[in-house]
Amino acid sequence: MDWSDSPDQATFRKEVHDFIRERLPGPYRGKLEGGDGESDGETFTVGWQADRKSDDPERRDTAVQWATALAEKGWIAPHWPKEYGGAGLSVMEQFIYNQEMAKAGAPSVGGMGVSLLGPTVIVHGTDEQKEQHLPKILSGEVAWAQGYSEPGAGSDLASLQTRADRDGDDYVINGQKIWTSGAQYADWLFALVRTDPEAPKHRGISFITMDITTPGITVRPLTDMGWNQPFNETFFEDVRVPARNLVGDENRGWYIGMTLLDFERSGISGAVEYQRTLDNLIEFLGSDEGTEVTRQDLDTVRLEIADRRIETEILFNFAFRIVSMQNRGMVPNYEASVNKLFGSELHQRLSRTGNKAFGLYGNLWDREVGPMGAHFVRDYIGSVPHTIFSGSSEIQRNVIATRGLGLPRG
Amino acid sequence: MDLGLNEQQELLKNAARDFLENECPESLVREMEEDERGYSPDLWAKMAEQGWQGLLVPEEHGGAGFDFLDLCVLLEEFGRALVPGPFMSTVLGGAVPIMVAGSDEQKAEFLPKIASGDTIFTLALTEPSARFDEQGVQAQASVSGNDVTFNGTKLFVSDANVADYLIVAGRSGQGVTLGIVATDQPGVEVTQLQTIARDKQCEVKLNDAKGQLLGAEGQGWNLLQPVIQRYTVAECAYLVGLSQMDFEIAVDYAKERVQFGRPIGSFQAIQHKCADMVTDVDGSRFIMYKAAWSVATDQPADDTQMAVNMAKAWTSEATRRVVAHGQQIHGGIGFTKDYKIQLYFRRQKRAELAFGDSDYHRELVAQQLGI
Ligand SMILES: Cc1cc2nc3c(=O)[nH]c(=O)nc-3n(C[C@H](O)[C@H](O)[C@H](O)COP(=O)(O)OP(=O)(O)OC[C@H]3O[C@@H](n4cnc5c(N)ncnc54)[C@H](O)[C@@H]3O)c2cc1C
Ligand SMILES: Cc1cc2nc3c(=O)[nH]c(=O)nc-3n(C[C@H](O)[C@H](O)[C@H](O)COP(=O)(O)OP(=O)(O)OC[C@H]3O[C@@H](n4cnc5c(N)ncnc54)[C@H](O)[C@@H]3O)c2cc1C
Repeated sequence: MDWSDSPDQATFRKEVHDFIRERLPGPYRGKLEGGDGESDGETFTVGWQADRKSDDPERRDTAVQWATALAEKGWIAPHWPKEYGGAGLSVMEQFIYNQEMAKAGAPSVGGMGVSLLGPTVIVHGTDEQKEQHLPKILSGEVAWAQGYSEPGAGSDLASLQTRADRDGDDYVINGQKIWTSGAQYADWLFALVRTDPEAPKHRGISFITMDITTPGITVRPLTDMGWNQPFNETFFEDVRVPARNLVGDENRGWYIGMTLLDFERSGISGAVEYQRTLDNLIEFLGSDEGTEVTRQDLDTVRLEIADRRIETEILFNFAFRIVSMQNRGMVPNYEASVNKLFGSELHQRLSRTGNKAFGLYGNLWDREVGPMGAHFVRDYIGSVPHTIFSGSSEIQRNVIATRGLGLPRG
Repeated sequence: MDLGLNEQQELLKNAARDFLENECPESLVREMEEDERGYSPDLWAKMAEQGWQGLLVPEEHGGAGFDFLDLCVLLEEFGRALVPGPFMSTVLGGAVPIMVAGSDEQKAEFLPKIASGDTIFTLALTEPSARFDEQGVQAQASVSGNDVTFNGTKLFVSDANVADYLIVAGRSGQGVTLGIVATDQPGVEVTQLQTIARDKQCEVKLNDAKGQLLGAEGQGWNLLQPVIQRYTVAECAYLVGLSQMDFEIAVDYAKERVQFGRPIGSFQAIQHKCADMVTDVDGSRFIMYKAAWSVATDQPADDTQMAVNMAKAWTSEATRRVVAHGQQIHGGIGFTKDYKIQLYFRRQKRAELAFGDSDYHRELVAQQLGI
């Protein structure tokens, strides 16, 4: 057991650390300089992805600059193999890279294209699909959205009903997706669709990609309870998609999509971010500015703050365990669910604890006026969906109990 | 960076598990609850043959020279098997203080006897005030040359009923002062307390009890810090093993017990408890090992102190949640003396309280965070 870097790891960490300090564009440096930063983590936003399509030319430039800097190192997709334009980092290097990015609050680039679609195409795609999609993800030219959930298919995703019927060289798609994050900024969509309504539900699903401007697709933003528009309803009316856009075999889409969900479930950025947030909170509470808006009976919250700090250690170790297992050639099972479960629930406790420190000032939503840029009150709202998406807390506990502990299914 | 055991630790763990499954069955654990001494000299001697009492002791003094993290791997197995007796008292409360504060002569005199299993030690630190801080040490110490005489009452002293020597913390004009005190003298009076875990905690009255000075006069509190840190983490390691086993028993029971025509483990209310149990056990394990690693590799003092306080703050409460679920999953049978799950429930409380519970350590974490 060793929580410290080997000499090689320390060298790599320093390389990432220095690179971020040299190249992170000004507008993204908010968190690096101790603040909470511009692009808040308050909802499941698509930070960089939204910036690159912004009306504001400075935001667009910033997004491009940062993508260009990362691309020089192959660090847009640090986990992809080198032959596909990634950096081919080992799992331990990725862990270090992600820690340093999170410590600096530097936004990752490339969104779901890099994190989800790319890895799936690399594993399951044809050579043509790799050539078509991967370079454009890496250049930031194409952003992707994920069309899985439907009004009637949430946790029970395999009950999805959106149809794709073969017609000559095309599939014709009809139905509706919902909660499609960032679809309003996306160029392409990957989706799970039903190609065989007669088959058992997991065996009639296919994984398909489509240009989001294809006629018949309508994207309608939904407003969340924090008054942001992170996600959308996506409607399909006789949408014709070439059959070559299928990734993997027809009716195998469920299994292809699941590879991807496993990519979603590891990660270290939460623990690192929450530690930074707590450091900022403690510093602010001790400052003159902070004293003015801190509740008089702070004693009621200080032990809660200590607990949250301890819990970030627990979370760090849960993420560390996953990479440590992968590094030893083991395949994590329930461990990824433990990480997701604990991290998302901690996120909610943390925002509640932080906001509590400010008493009535914890009402204030205005960034200019609220304590610490109203971070905690916004995160109090923003953390709500984290126990819902990517597998709700209940689903994670089910997975841990059945897949992990072998308890009989209900 | 790595979060797994190394080869030597794997070997130690597997050997310990096999050994304890044979040599320390549930029947022995129960027998020792009623036993006056509270340990089996036979098992004690066999453990010494395994080299466990001397695991931490340097080779030159007859030990194995392993590090503290290795010891925690072993203690996890002790928690799993609920090993009764004065092992932690002797190793953490005897060998460690002597390794930290002893003179060359003291090391040469006592460490080989600890390693061979010939001598039992314990730490006489806490008093009726039940405090873990420096203020808690109020017994009197008067020093004359290399000799020290103690007067006062020590309370919650584990295994003093069988100990050959006590490491006593007292207070002289110069501050906290440590001594090595033989128990077979009229000035040492030991009374057993009845405790929730039916372990052997004692009251120890010191009336002009004579001993030899351990470390310099007035330096005792500083010298005790690495001892208390290690003992605290050791209790966490014991709790990790204990809660792991409680959890495994509960999951097995949930798979077998049928109500409403199906195993109760198929009910989501039970499944979610089990999922929370494994989260708490695993979380405890890694935060304990982080502290053990910090101690063993001599990380910066502030980081180590924080790691130790965090580990005990978390582990004390997380393992309590685990054993509470363990009881609930068992229904009525779990409340009986004959069924094994209660053995873990009662012992969890002892270790939770030892060297401070969650509230105590959380407060120290808050102080170190500067809030
Ligand atoms: C902010 C946000 C962004 C999202 N982004 C995307 C996206 O980009 N693309 C996409 O495809 N989807 C996205 N989603 C959808 C997300 O994956 C679903 O919300 C999630 O799968 C849960 O489905 P649901 O909302 O229909 O809730 P339901 O499945 O209806 O669940 C409602 C409640 O019932 C519980 N429940 C359900 N089944 C069980 C069970 N078997 N046992 C116990 N309890 C159960 C749930 O845990 C939950 O508490 C997003 C969601 C949110 C909130
Ligand atoms: C101190 C004591 C005194 C008692 N006195 C009496 C008495 O005088 N007379 C008498 O007749 N009985 C008495 N009982 C028995 C008591 O009523 C039973 O213990 C109780 O009904 C639970 O049954 P069980 O112990 O078999 O547990 P089980 O029913 O086996 O339950 C085990 C676990 O599974 C859970 N579980 C069971 N079914 C479900 C489900 N459908 N969904 C979710 N979880 C489930 C339970 O909540 C529990 O956590 C006593 C019990 C105790 C402990």
